[in-house]
Amino acid sequence: MYLPDFEYYAPATLAEACELLAKLGPKAKVLAGGTDVLSKMKQEQLSLEALVSIKKLDELTEIKSNGKGVVIGARATHNSLIDAPALQEKYPSICNAAKQMANNQIRNTGTVGGNCVNAVPSADLPPLFIALGAEVKLVGTSGERVVPLEDFFTGPNETVIKPDEILTEFIFKDQPFTGSNYLKFSLRRSGALAVAGVATAVVMDGDVCKEARIVMGAVAPTPLRAKEAEEILKGQKVTDELLEEAGNRAAAECKPISDLRGSEEYRRDLVRVLTKRSLRKSISEGHV
Amino acid sequence: MQAIVDQSGIKYYVVTLNVNGGSYTKIVRANTLLVNALREELDLTGTKKGCELGDCGACTVLLDGKPVNSCLVLAVEADGREITTIEGLDKEGKLDKLQESFIENTAIQCGYCTPGMILSGKALLESNPNPTEHEVRRAIAGNLCRCTGYVNIVKAIMAAADKQ
Repeated sequence: MYLPDFEYYAPATLAEACELLAKLGPKAKVLAGGTDVLSKMKQEQLSLEALVSIKKLDELTEIKSNGKGVVIGARATHNSLIDAPALQEKYPSICNAAKQMANNQIRNTGTVGGNCVNAVPSADLPPLFIALGAEVKLVGTSGERVVPLEDFFTGPNETVIKPDEILTEFIFKDQPFTGSNYLKFSLRRSGALAVAGVATAVVMDGDVCKEARIVMGAVAPTPLRAKEAEEILKGQKVTDELLEEAGNRAAAECKPISDLRGSEEYRRDLVRVLTKRSLRKSISEGHV
Repeated sequence: MQAIVDQSGIKYYVVTLNVNGGSYTKIVRANTLLVNALREELDLTGTKKGCELGDCGACTVLLDGKPVNSCLVLAVEADGREITTIEGLDKEGKLDKLQESFIENTAIQCGYCTPGMILSGKALLESNPNPTEHEVRRAIAGNLCRCTGYVNIVKAIMAAADKQ
């Protein structure tokens, strides 16, 4: 399969990379793992004149606790999430979500930053990261800014990122949640996009749910919070009926389309079931 | 990595590909994929091309010890890194235990997926010498066998683990 011609750059510093992107404009993109960009270029879904590789920016692969929370470098691969001690300890739900992604080869190459910047509605990590209140650091030629991931996506394949900006890290502040989880349903167990995915995070006090976040993937143009379903849970004693009600509400709140992976109706029903199951797991298993 | 521009203005890069213990200096284009560099520049045709989009795993090689799809890696990105292809598994003419196990367990039908299957299996056994059947199936989930000979492939990897 033919990969069209392009100019290739591999800058040694982040500042240099941003300057290059600013100079080259929207016809250039960042090359991280390449699993998305290169396959889209081969299929002529993406026409680019230049790729700016960030392979020399090794600082972007780090996953580390900073005392208050965890910072995940944007070039960390999905498999490195599974193996990271900092996440296994504090955010086991991120390790479990990464395990559900793609296949081993893609998990060794594809990056966390890429999974967000390509803004595919069915991406697995954004719903969970939003549920956990992640922020992203965007570095450009005129400085850096920190944006809540919840405000990052503007539509399918569209984000607030500017042509000269690079997403460098995901910041998780010390979070109040006692448990979190991501569940997806796909047509095969491996190497298949989510037909629907639901991430949940809860703050439990005994059997009372003090706080809940529910974020749905693949059922709207961007990851979507089920805010009404969250309200149903807030301050309530958790019962099977309450979880059922939250699931029903989330199913009503999502905005799925019908496509080759599933109909609108089917996706709504998946959201209902996944919300219930994911909440139950967040509540019962909790964090370390 | 040095760049060269020829008389017609086409840009090339001089890359060092460390493949199967040897070091090779090759001239590639920016859009040369690792799978094509291996097959066409180094004549290592054991690495196969299938879907060329990262779904089938026929082009699996080990990059710094980890299985990746060489159809989605640029040769310039692999510059200086350690690459293992199926041709790199035998030692002094003797097949690797996992290769022998594939033969003993009739885990090869048409053979097209075999190089990728063996490399995925090899990487698994390096990091996890005693995998469960579930772990074996997870490790080869990115390698499709269109003869659907998965039962014997899993058996071969499990048997090789037992022999270690």
